Amino acid sequence: MANFLNLIEMQGIAIFGSFWPLVWTLIKIVIIVLPMFGAVAYLTLWERKLIGWMHIRLGPNRVGPLGLLQPIADALKLLLKEIISPTRASKVLYVIAPVMVIAPAFAAWAVIPFQAEMVLANVNAGLLYVMAITSVGVYGIILAGWASNSKYPFLGAMRAAAQMISYEIAMGFALVTVLMVSGSLNLSTIVISQSTGLFASYGLNFLSWNWLPLLPMFLIYFISGIAETNRHPFDVVEGESEIVAGHMVEYSGMAFAMFFLAEYANMILIAAMASVLFLGGWLPILDLPILRDIPGFFWLFAKTFFLLSCFIWLRATLPRYRYDQIMRLGWKVFIPLAVFWVVIVGAWIVSPWNIWN
Amino acid sequence: MIKKSLKRVSQFFDSLMLKDILTGMSITGRYLFKPKFTIQYPEEKTPLSPRFRGLHALRRYPNGEERCIACKLCEAVCPALAISIESDQRDDGTRRTTRYDIDLTKCIFCGFCEEACPVDAIVETNIFEYFGDKRGDLYMTKEMLLAVGDEYEKEIAANRAADAPYR
Repeated sequence: MANFLNLIEMQGIAIFGSFWPLVWTLIKIVIIVLPMFGAVAYLTLWERKLIGWMHIRLGPNRVGPLGLLQPIADALKLLLKEIISPTRASKVLYVIAPVMVIAPAFAAWAVIPFQAEMVLANVNAGLLYVMAITSVGVYGIILAGWASNSKYPFLGAMRAAAQMISYEIAMGFALVTVLMVSGSLNLSTIVISQSTGLFASYGLNFLSWNWLPLLPMFLIYFISGIAETNRHPFDVVEGESEIVAGHMVEYSGMAFAMFFLAEYANMILIAAMASVLFLGGWLPILDLPILRDIPGFFWLFAKTFFLLSCFIWLRATLPRYRYDQIMRLGWKVFIPLAVFWVVIVGAWIVSPWNIWN
Repeated sequence: MIKKSLKRVSQFFDSLMLKDILTGMSITGRYLFKPKFTIQYPEEKTPLSPRFRGLHALRRYPNGEERCIACKLCEAVCPALAISIESDQRDDGTRRTTRYDIDLTKCIFCGFCEEACPVDAIVETNIFEYFGDKRGDLYMTKEMLLAVGDEYEKEIAANRAADAPYR
């Protein structure tokens, strides 16, 4: 593997000269983003299948074997549709908005470590970068609602703004506890710091990950993540029965699909972040020789897949929260709880029972 | 007072532990593995009752003589006025229809024509997978109804025999 990479690098430098690092980065970006598109497409299928099974239905199974070509059929349909924009819409913003939503959803993947040493940008402020980039996504939604110059999109955008900003605080505090126990903002370091501990020394890796000592924070992070991505049961932003599709009402064709892609890409991102921060990223469940031989990104994939299934499971189970209930949960439950737990963890770290040194 | 506050405390911890949500998720989780109800229509079909009221047919006697005697009871009973009949005397002196039309776009498939018929001439079959792609395609004339009856006589007879004990 290392030889192969060296060979590519030598060839690359021979062809591109001093532009090689730029070209190599672009190649790596494509290698990350293209499978992401595939993952997003097939996540929609998995969601429809899983919800179908939970409704005692079969889910889509007509297009291709087991319905496996369904996402491709959907994408083709959306590609062929006309993009209609309202006459009174603010055209420039109207076009920029979907890009503003989807770009951060993919940009955040730059710092996610798929395996030890396998990360596009191993920056020291990775956690901060993810927080910053995912916050940009809300601008796209607000822009979409504003630029459509229509009532429902505007209402949806207002709701999105209020909801995403309130849950970001609780989410930030959840991340602060992780930062406190691992002492680093670098995501790779956070994962590696989870590989040691009392249980890990017995080979029970999964009990040494952050989710167990920080269980309330893990739950707060996960639930806030659902709210951040505007998924059920917090999907008032696009609540069909109230405001049709919120900020997406006036969009059609591929512009509409962009919002959809962004929603699912954000879901995958939140799930991957939760696996990296709380479920030990690329680390195997148990410290066994067989499990250690499985490549790390498989473990990250499996953990992300499990959390995504939980997202869908929650969607199949819970009815939509009322808007005031969402606000109450965010401001009166999660934020106090998160602050409280930050204090607890801080006291824990300075106490003699510190387990993270 | 104490009981009430105790209840509030226990409710607080229940919601903190996500008890209700976990209960709900266990239910949907169990449903995930249940056998599915879906019937995949073109390949699988639901069973039909012998009384099923689908496409109409006009029947004949085994010797080939058409059953209908143009009594026009079906035309009279039809609540949707979908049946129109004209009759004349045939060469052998019997009364027969010269025209027997059912407009399936008007028909409400109530089955009254079948009930009214004294000679079991007009019947409704189990066929429901038919279509028309032009205006007028669903206007059944006497020839078309007789053709349906000829083609599906076996099924029609079997269904009527199966239902006979309950009539």
